[in-house]
Formats: sequence, C-alpha cells, structure tokens
Amino acid sequence: MSENIMLPHPHKIIDIIPETEDVYTFRVETSAKVKHGQFFQVSIPKIGEAPISVSCMGENWVELTIRKVGKLTNEIFNLKPGDKLFMRGPYGNSFPIEEFKGKHLVVIAGGTGVAPVRSFLKYFYENPDEIKSLHFIAGFRDEKNILFREDLKKFKTKFNTIYTLDRDKIEGFEVGLVTEHIKKIPFNSFEDYNVVIVGPHVMMHFAALECLKNGVTEEKIWVSFERRMSCGVGKCGHCKINEVYVCLEGPVFNYTKAKNLLD
Amino acid sequence: MSYCVSTKRMNEILKALQKDYKIYAPVRFEKRGRYSDTDLIRYAEINSIEDVVYDEKSHFSPKEVIYPITQALFYFTEDEYRESKVDDKKILIFARSCDINGFRRLDTIFLKNGGTEDIYYKRLREKVKFILMECKESWDSCFCVSMGSNKTDNYSLAVRFDGDNILVEVKDHEFINLFANEREVEFTPEFVTSNLTKVNIPEIDSQELLEKIYNLDMWESYNSRCISCGACSAVCITCSCFNTLDIIYSENGRVGERRRVQTSCMHEDFTTMAGGWSFRKTAGERMRFRTLHKIYDYKLRFKEEHMCVGCGRCEERCPKLISFSSTINRLYDEVEKLKKGEVSRTREQASSTEEGK
Ligand SMILES: Cc1cc2nc3c(=O)[nH]c(=O)nc-3n(C[C@H](O)[C@H](O)[C@H](O)COP(=O)(O)OP(=O)(O)OC[C@H]3O[C@@H](n4cnc5c(N)ncnc54)[C@H](O)[C@@H]3O)c2cc1C
Ligand code: SF4
Ligand code: SF4
Ligand code: FES
Repeated sequence: MSENIMLPHPHKIIDIIPETEDVYTFRVETSAKVKHGQFFQVSIPKIGEAPISVSCMGENWVELTIRKVGKLTNEIFNLKPGDKLFMRGPYGNSFPIEEFKGKHLVVIAGGTGVAPVRSFLKYFYENPDEIKSLHFIAGFRDEKNILFREDLKKFKTKFNTIYTLDRDKIEGFEVGLVTEHIKKIPFNSFEDYNVVIVGPHVMMHFAALECLKNGVTEEKIWVSFERRMSCGVGKCGHCKINEVYVCLEGPVFNYTKAKNLLD
Repeated sequence: MSYCVSTKRMNEILKALQKDYKIYAPVRFEKRGRYSDTDLIRYAEINSIEDVVYDEKSHFSPKEVIYPITQALFYFTEDEYRESKVDDKKILIFARSCDINGFRRLDTIFLKNGGTEDIYYKRLREKVKFILMECKESWDSCFCVSMGSNKTDNYSLAVRFDGDNILVEVKDHEFINLFANEREVEFTPEFVTSNLTKVNIPEIDSQELLEKIYNLDMWESYNSRCISCGACSAVCITCSCFNTLDIIYSENGRVGERRRVQTSCMHEDFTTMAGGWSFRKTAGERMRFRTLHKIYDYKLRFKEEHMCVGCGRCEERCPKLISFSSTINRLYDEVEKLKKGEVSRTREQASSTEEGK
C-alpha cells in the first residue's frame, strides 16, 4: 500500500516561547528538511488540524509561531514542553532564497505575516555576506501585538529596519501602516533586488501597489498567500483559486502570477 | 461476447458474484424523496437484479460508493493514530457512461493532483469494476453529448434491460465463465448521441477576458436566488471537496476519530479563515467559482477534459431550480458579447445603479 499522505506523526515539543498574550512560538523536534516559507499540517488528535508556517528551523527542530484563534490553536496553547504535537509535511513551495542571494532584498511583513519570513531573515542574519543589503519593514497593530522582540532587536544591527505600529507611539517604532513607509526604500539606487510581502490579504494588496508606484517591477515581488486548507496536498479543494492550488503551487507566488489569481 | 440472460438466471449470477463482490446500483427508496409521496433513487448494495432502477435517473451519483459522504480516516487514542480499514471484497458498480467518465475526474484529483495518491480513495477505487447501464434515451436535463461523456469503453460488463431478459456484453475475461451456458446474442451497448439540452462552452483564452467574466453582473443574479445549500455538489459525480473533522466518542473522551466529510464550494464558510475573512462572500461569487471550475479551469489545469460530465443532476436537485446548463449557456452568450466588444453590464455598473436609486 502506498504511503498515507493524510497520516500525521507525533513530534515532541521542546520549548514554548510566548511572544504575546495570544501568540506563542512552539519549538518542535523534527528531522524533516524544510525550506523557507513551507508549512506543516499541525494537529491534535480529537481536536483538529490546521496549516502552520515554519518560522524558524535548526538542526533537529522547527519553530511554529501560532496565534490562538480557534478550536485547534486554543488546544495547542494548553500543551507543555515534552507533550506531543502531531504533524505532517512540510508542504508547499518556498521563497526562492537562491535567487535572492547577491542582490538587495526588501521584506515587508505585517502581523503574523512576520512568522513565515522570519526563517530566511534569520538565515541572512547569520550569513549577511550572501546579500547586498536587506531592508525589513515590519508592522504590528499595537505594542501588545509585537512579535519576535529579540529578533527585531538583532535584525536592527545588520539590516535596514523600519518597525511600525498602526497607532501607538513607542521607542524604536514608527507610527502608521507598513504601506506608508515603503517610499523610504531606495529602490532607485538598487540595480538588482527582490521584494517579499507577507501579511493579511488587504495589506499585501496595497503594499504591492505601493511598491509598483515606487518603480518596483512586478517580477521582483513575491507574496505568500493564506487560504483555508483541510488537506495541504491538493485534494480537499479549499485553497483553490482559478486553476491553482495554493497548497501545491503556493503559498509563495511571484506577483506576476499572484495578481492574476482571482477569487 | 454477448448473451441473453433471463432475470432468474441473472440473479443466480449475481449471487455467485456476491461471493467476491459487493454490487452497487441505483435503488429505489420509497417515499424518501424530496416531496411527499416521491421516492428517492440513490446508489446502494443490491441483492437482486430487480432492485436496479434502470429506467429513471438516479438522484445521487455513484461517487459515494468509493468516496463516502463521511468517512473515518483514523481512529486515535491518547498518542496513536490507527488507519481505518476497508472490507476485503471487490466492488461492482452499475453505472452510466457519464458517471463512469465522472470517476476519471475523481481519479485525477485523488490520485494525480499534486503528484500524490489519496489512499482512502485508492484502496476502494482499485477494487472497482463497472457494469455499464445502457441509456435507452437521454433525460430532459442531460447534456452528456455536449460534454463528450456520453460514451465509454471503460466497463467489464454492459447491460440492456429488455423485458424479462437482460442482454449482457462481457468484456472482462474474469466474468466469462459465469455466462458459459447462456444464449449468445449480438449485443453491444448503444450510446445516446443527442440530448434535448445542449450547452455551448465559452472559449476563454485570455486573462483580460477572464477578468471581464469575473465582473459580469450575471453572477449577481444568483445572490438572491441561490441559497448556498450545496445540494448541487452533493449530487455531482465530479465534486470532490471535503472538510476534515475530529470527533470524540462521547462514552470515552480518550478515543476518537478523524473523519472527512464532503463539502461544497457553494457553502458560505468554504473559504472562511481565521478572523472571519472569506474570499468568496456572495452566492454569486461562489456560483461563478463553481461554474468556471466545471467548464474552464479544471481543463486548464489537467488539459484532457472539462470537469462537468453533463449528468444534469445538479439542476434537478437544486431547490431553487437553478439550471446549470442554462448558466453555462448564459455565460457563453455573455462571453460572445464580450468578444464582439458589445457592452455588457459589469458588477461595478450594476452596483452604481443600485447606489443611484
Ligand atoms: C499556508 C498557511 C500558513 C499559516 N501559518 C500560520 C502560522 O504560522 N501561524 C498561525 O497562527 N496561523 C497560521 N495559519 C492560519 C491557521 O491555519 C488558522 O488560524 C487556523 O484556522 C487555526 O485553526 P483553529 O482550529 O485553531 O481555528 P478554527 O477553529 O478553524 O477557527 C479559526 C477562526 O476561523 C474562523 N472560522 C473558522 N471556521 C469558520 C466558520 N465555519 N465560519 C466562520 N468563521 C470561521 C473564525 O474566525 C475562527 O476564529 C496559516 C494558514 C495557512 C493557509
Ligand atoms: S451536470 Fe451538474 S451534477 Fe452533473 S457533472 Fe455537471 S456540474 Fe456535476
Ligand atoms: S443547489 Fe441550487 S440553491 Fe443550492 S447551492 Fe446549488 S445552485 Fe445554490
Ligand atoms: S489544502 Fe486541500 S487542496 Fe489545498
């Protein structure tokens, strides 16, 4: 009998790091080879299953940064280090990191959208010579919702960072939506560059338009889509847009494709 | 080889087959229909050839035989998943051309899409052999000819019901011995070659045209009409979407199962995400999605054929009498207009007149 693609396997939780009141990072033991931008179908028996992006990866572990929003995620928040989380994956395509190398990179992320870009940001933080420059705009709703505070501080030391909150004015953060800060990126001084935009649907839409307004060409923009998913492997139909399955051909899309996907 | 078999003898043959096979066919469930005093015809295991309803269209498709409405994937205890099991018996399905062709669409999704095989589908699918039921004539809502699904040679046996006798073509050597003592006749099944209902499939050849189609105001007309019940998908031989659902057995909170349950892109919450955001919020948008999936983007993706096989069940089952063939033809007319550059009302125009009122 062929391998059962729907079968989840138990993975030990090594550590739990609270980021905010309702977002925790779970470090989970796994030997799976994961690419930046991929996701796992994460589940607890008798509760349910949902797609969660890998927010960081190491030798024998991955980190999943999870917002508590419903049935499964509420239950995950009751788990302790040593408990088991069930997973299958990794699924989906990934950010074209090889293509980013040797060029300027602009990363624009909002809210939980920072999670899927965090792993390659960490990679370039460790390997800053592999990239010409890295501009990172991260936006959060308010002070309570800031994620990865330690990483943000570290990234500041090697990247050109703009951190912003929608409303609150606090030390180290600008005020306003990420879109309002895109014009500060010196696109016209780049000879070769890529732009990654990840966040809520509306934010990605307007951030991409703002980039185009600032002279960015469509082929240089990459986005990551979120859709409701039940299988992650092209069977359940939930994530389909036009002829494309986000779980298979995504979640990462070049903007030339993404802009043509009509829901 | 073809044979003429009496009903009595056919029942003996079915009995012999039942040693190895579960045999499914459209069966009448009296007074279980949609309206009072109407019957329901759906697929179920049969015990005799008289159980087979061959002169009416079944309300539901045979997909449930191998893709059940709800199906256990795993059973689990505290820390272990155990795969559900299936019966060892093989499966014979009495099916019409359109449905046999419909199974190929399900195969494409479950066995090919994404390069992976779904074992729950596969483990039943590989047990299946088809008994083709000849269609004497097509029913009002059928448009199999337009969809090219009126014919098939994917069957082991083919049958024509002919009074007290049944004509059987035996294509599969496995079954030839069962008919060794029967009277040989000339019989090969005939296929309908024309339907009352015909559809024209619009040729969508550019992104610009697709965008215009998205904005057609014909979709808006379904907002008030379609009630998003999903009945059209439930009966469709080619609809394959599902939700997964975990259940705890109430007697014992420690054990439970993960099930998958058929669902429909016509349901309001099909695309709902965390935070309540959903991508296709109106019935019209969902109708557009379903329509284009059945007659445009499935073919764009898999190349061979359109998804819809023209069985016409969706329109017969729709409580609001929405006809899928009319929807396709309506879209065709709109697309022709768009191609000729004629102005058609778009969504924006429709909503601005609404506002202007
Ligand atoms: C590729 C991908 C990557 C993702 N990565 C992450 C990640 O890194 N971190 C993360 O936290 N999340 C991530 N998500 C989102 C995550 O999968 C969802 O938040 C998931 O729904 C949570 O599951 P749950 O069972 O806890 O919530 P559910 O019980 O499914 O509910 C979640 C919310 O969805 C809404 N909802 C669900 N069903 C319905 C319905 N029938 N009607 C109306 N509203 C409904 C409600 O608003 C509810 O609060 C990702 C999603 C995708 C597709
Ligand atoms: S006619 Fe309707 S029910 Fe039949 S295959 Fe086409 S969409 Fe499905
Ligand atoms: S059966 Fe009719 S009313 Fe129900 S979802 Fe389908 S088109 Fe809409
Ligand atoms: S998540 Fe099931 S098809 Fe993509």
